[in-house]
Amino acid sequence: MAATSTGIHHRSYASELALRHTSAEKFRLVLVVLAVLAVPFVVSPYWLTIANQIGIAVIGAVGLNILVGYTGQISLGQGGFLAVGAYSSAILHVRGDLPIPLSILLATLTTAVIGAFFGIPALRLKGLYLAIATLASQEIILFAVRNWDAVTGGRDAISIPRMELGRFVFRQDFHWYWVILPIAVLAVVSARNLFRTGLGRSFMAVRDHDIAASAMGVDVTRTKVLAFAVSSGFAGLAGALTAHYTGIVTWERFTLEESILYLAIIIVGGLGSIAGTVYGAIFMITLPALITRVGQDMQGTLPGIAEKLPAVQVVVFGLVIVLFLIFEPRGLARIWQRLKDYVRFWPFRY
Amino acid sequence: MSDFLQMTLFGLSNGAILALAALGFVLIYKATRVINFAQGHFLLVGAYAFYAAIVVLGLHWSLAVLVAVAFAATLGVLVERFVLRPMIGEEAIAVIMVTIGLSSVLGGGVQLFFGTTPRETPPFLPSGALTMAGATMPWSRVAAIGIAAAVLITFSIFFTRTRHGIAMRAVADDQQAALTMGISVRRVFALAWALAAVTAVIGGILLADLSGVSAGLAGFGLIVFPVVILGGLDSVPGTIVGGIIIGLLVQYTAGYVGGGLEQVVPFIVLILILMVRPYGLFGQTRIERV
Repeated sequence: MAATSTGIHHRSYASELALRHTSAEKFRLVLVVLAVLAVPFVVSPYWLTIANQIGIAVIGAVGLNILVGYTGQISLGQGGFLAVGAYSSAILHVRGDLPIPLSILLATLTTAVIGAFFGIPALRLKGLYLAIATLASQEIILFAVRNWDAVTGGRDAISIPRMELGRFVFRQDFHWYWVILPIAVLAVVSARNLFRTGLGRSFMAVRDHDIAASAMGVDVTRTKVLAFAVSSGFAGLAGALTAHYTGIVTWERFTLEESILYLAIIIVGGLGSIAGTVYGAIFMITLPALITRVGQDMQGTLPGIAEKLPAVQVVVFGLVIVLFLIFEPRGLARIWQRLKDYVRFWPFRY
Repeated sequence: MSDFLQMTLFGLSNGAILALAALGFVLIYKATRVINFAQGHFLLVGAYAFYAAIVVLGLHWSLAVLVAVAFAATLGVLVERFVLRPMIGEEAIAVIMVTIGLSSVLGGGVQLFFGTTPRETPPFLPSGALTMAGATMPWSRVAAIGIAAAVLITFSIFFTRTRHGIAMRAVADDQQAALTMGISVRRVFALAWALAAVTAVIGGILLADLSGVSAGLAGFGLIVFPVVILGGLDSVPGTIVGGIIIGLLVQYTAGYVGGGLEQVVPFIVLILILMVRPYGLFGQTRIERV
């Protein structure tokens, strides 16, 4: 294998199949691993909370990108599926007395099944119409959560005891970092590998042209339902982790705004890019935290700014989505790619 | 019986306002094939513009209506020019997300200027109530139905009798054919957004009078979806029928079933319609293999 400015040339199939081709890529991977391992020892508790939130968002957003970016099925229902995951895991643990790892696993499976059910409209609908149908599923799921008092406790929050392992209690963000990080890494790696399997390829075939895909022997019905199931499974995992990490479950956390946040993550990161999803999650979760921080620092010079901060966050959130879509619809992943190309070809333009 | 009459009046008045909001939605979809998730926030911005004109600037309500309408039309044209025009030819997801981003900017902007406390506009619709068969029927509700009906009729005349209206229908029918007939598609797009914003403002002003001005008004934008899907995404008469059906359905469910079911009934209708007849009651039938 040789990597030159004319491209990457492979001498064997094995090297072509590898996820990382060049030594520069492997070196960057080492740097990322070192940075991720160092994070909890370096940053303040405030930013460690943000890091944990990013980890959970990565899991849910990877799932959404599998559905939207890779299978081409628009979903505004991710918040609903997060709610299903969070509530199932909480109920299984608190009422069913199951150990937390088992209840998280079962919650993931439950959400996958429910996601497949709410994916049924996708068999008849495309594009705009599907988006509206998933908007309705979001509203219906949240309605069920709010009103099914016997199971979900209705509008009241469910509080969950801290996770324990033997005599060790997961109390601080520092402990949770080491729980969320491996799961997030596992989610990212398995999603990345999914698209090297037949199933993942059939997802992309359905996205690119459904009729052509079915002519090639892809079962479109099965593929769409499976895409919804896989995607919701990731959402369920993220929801269950949120439930145990925060120790409290309320329906207010999983409204349409949450679905929109997840869509924004994959749009800003890059549709159809797993690495982009990670960049997007980091960007979209850090941004409001950063605005809050800057706002608090400016409190001295600009009194009264604190109460304006939530509104500023909402405006900036919307602006980021609009500006990305207008100027770089393929997101941060594409910007990073262009940056790498610029360095690689320097001093030439291309 | 008296309960029934009252529920019908409330259902019809809400339905009439829904039809107004849905009309703007359908205008945009027909002309530009864009699903506008920000329609509810246009309603919100309209209501606050009216509030600002009447309370902050201290105008008479009739002038305030004009100011709000002018503001909305300008906003619509600007949004079309700078946000939606670059999106022409992009995928459905990009177009949807850009309007969602827009709704966030509009909602946040309103919150930035007016905060989160609900406001009260001085009432301008006739007060008092009519008692009929034991039911109290507020005149303001009756007036809202009348105003909405008048606006809807004006728009139907506009579409069938005026040059610009006919140009809009031509563009909705076939853009290239319209271009060859010398119609400026760009101007029609701008006009569609301006008119959609104006219908939303009128809806917003009526809502402001009936239930006060607060961020909750934007929630109206979500119930517009069941209305337009029921009536057909590209049908103007469909918005009226859809609006009335959904408005009445919500009120009857709240009155006879209760338990918060009225919040979700429109969406169940939405899913059922999508599964059985995705183009709605009056929409153009397009055969699409999925």
